[in-house]
Amino acid sequence: MAAGEVAILGVGMHPWGKWGRNFVEYGVAAARAALADAGVAWQDVQLVAGGETIRNGYPGYVAGASIAQALGWNGAQIGTSYGACASGSQAIVLARAQILAGLCDVALVVGADTTPKGFFAPAGSGDRTKDPDWLRFRLLGATNPVYFGLYARRRMDLYGDSEEDFAKVKVKNSRAGAANPNARYRQTYTVEEVLASPMVSDPLRLLQICATSDGGAALVLSSLAFARRHTTKPVTIAAVSTVTPRFPQTVIEMPNFATDSAATLRVPDVGFRDSIAKAAYEQAGLGPEDMDVAEVYDLSSALELDWYENIGFTKPGEAARLLRSGATALGGKRPVNPSGGLGAFGEAIPAQAIAQVCELTWQLRGQATGRQVAGARAGITANQGLFGHGSSVIVKA
Amino acid sequence: MVRQRIPAVEGWFTLDAARPALLGTRCKACGTIFFPREESFCRNPACSSTEFEELELSRRGRLWSYTNNAYPPPAPYVSPSDPYEPFAIAAVELEREKMVVLGQVVAGVSVEDLEVGMEMELVLDRLSEDESHEYVVWKWRPAEA
Repeated sequence: MAAGEVAILGVGMHPWGKWGRNFVEYGVAAARAALADAGVAWQDVQLVAGGETIRNGYPGYVAGASIAQALGWNGAQIGTSYGACASGSQAIVLARAQILAGLCDVALVVGADTTPKGFFAPAGSGDRTKDPDWLRFRLLGATNPVYFGLYARRRMDLYGDSEEDFAKVKVKNSRAGAANPNARYRQTYTVEEVLASPMVSDPLRLLQICATSDGGAALVLSSLAFARRHTTKPVTIAAVSTVTPRFPQTVIEMPNFATDSAATLRVPDVGFRDSIAKAAYEQAGLGPEDMDVAEVYDLSSALELDWYENIGFTKPGEAARLLRSGATALGGKRPVNPSGGLGAFGEAIPAQAIAQVCELTWQLRGQATGRQVAGARAGITANQGLFGHGSSVIVKA
Repeated sequence: MVRQRIPAVEGWFTLDAARPALLGTRCKACGTIFFPREESFCRNPACSSTEFEELELSRRGRLWSYTNNAYPPPAPYVSPSDPYEPFAIAAVELEREKMVVLGQVVAGVSVEDLEVGMEMELVLDRLSEDESHEYVVWKWRPAEA
């Protein structure tokens, strides 16, 4: 069943970096940019949907309200959503559902983060011996890159992917990011430079693992009727998927110690990452063949290759071949991560899934100067985070 | 001073020095196996059982994948050595349970010594220590023939 569509009236970002300022500042800057892009006055916004940041204290837990207060209370409905790396998409879900239900005409979606240096560690303090996210650090020393390294080594063994293939993803994304004024890293790299960077979690090196960044991203969403009064042909959101895995989930997930057991139950026909995109395609009534561009979650360079298969751009095991063909680079048949991806941005968790939609919107409007995918009419985002969270958004011109 | 040897987490593995095993649970209604132990609600979506029995998991399995920590993980990880020594982490597939279980790899075995598909076995080893305790955890090592 094709779902109803909402219009993306405006998009805006605060550039990614390691600015060290309050996350609210990035959220306000992104929101004001999106409102200006939409031509909508802040006082006219009826709903603010924020993505939660768990590393910035109480104001972070109520990020929607913190940013709305900084913009100046306007009496809008308020909400804050958390879904790990998919938090931004959860905020989009809230705004979209309210608009499609006819409960509001125009909504602001915003996510922003200020991140600590180095590895993500468990949020909060004290010994929490029942918390798997605390225990995985205590008992295993299992950082997020450890899980990325396990996935990458598995690809090498199953499909014959090489460290050079993974490095080529970073090279590709660094070239795209160099053309993006919102990217944190604007430097281009060669395969040799990537493979000379220090090993972090074998086979992944420093330049193949996404950093933690500060940044903010925002969308102004509206009903199609409201949009018609503001613009002639808005880009629209045709689908948002935030499905959970199905039991038994047989691929190890952050922050778990083990997979589910498949000894007594049938393994689901569609794996978790595949199912995220599949649900989005079904909502939109579109398929991979209809997509011109994608923004996927390259938490590591190797994970980008997994996504090529998970979003149906190629068959399982064929991603490295697709990469080597140049099809996913700018100028290729179907570019992936024309923004530069997480490799060029690093991750600002509650902003990142929103930033993916910002990029697709610029691409579909033909406004992605220096990194434009020619004639792009439809695109898909995909991401995945801890505790069975993931999301996929389909955007149409 | 002799440090007291205690498990770093309670009830996740036996303290049998020669043949240690991870301790999981099995749902009494549908038979689904869980590790770490599930004792409240069965997570099989078609089962509403709340009764479980303890079981020892297989001590051997095949290496599904592996990696390492070239840099020290953040707290609450505590390095057992100073200066820090990188260590490997294994994901081992248990055939009977049809599940993959993570664990550190014992010191002295690096990623160069590992290969996907090789047989691994469970051992107990020191995780860290403080003034009065040695904390013990399960680890994986290449199986002895």
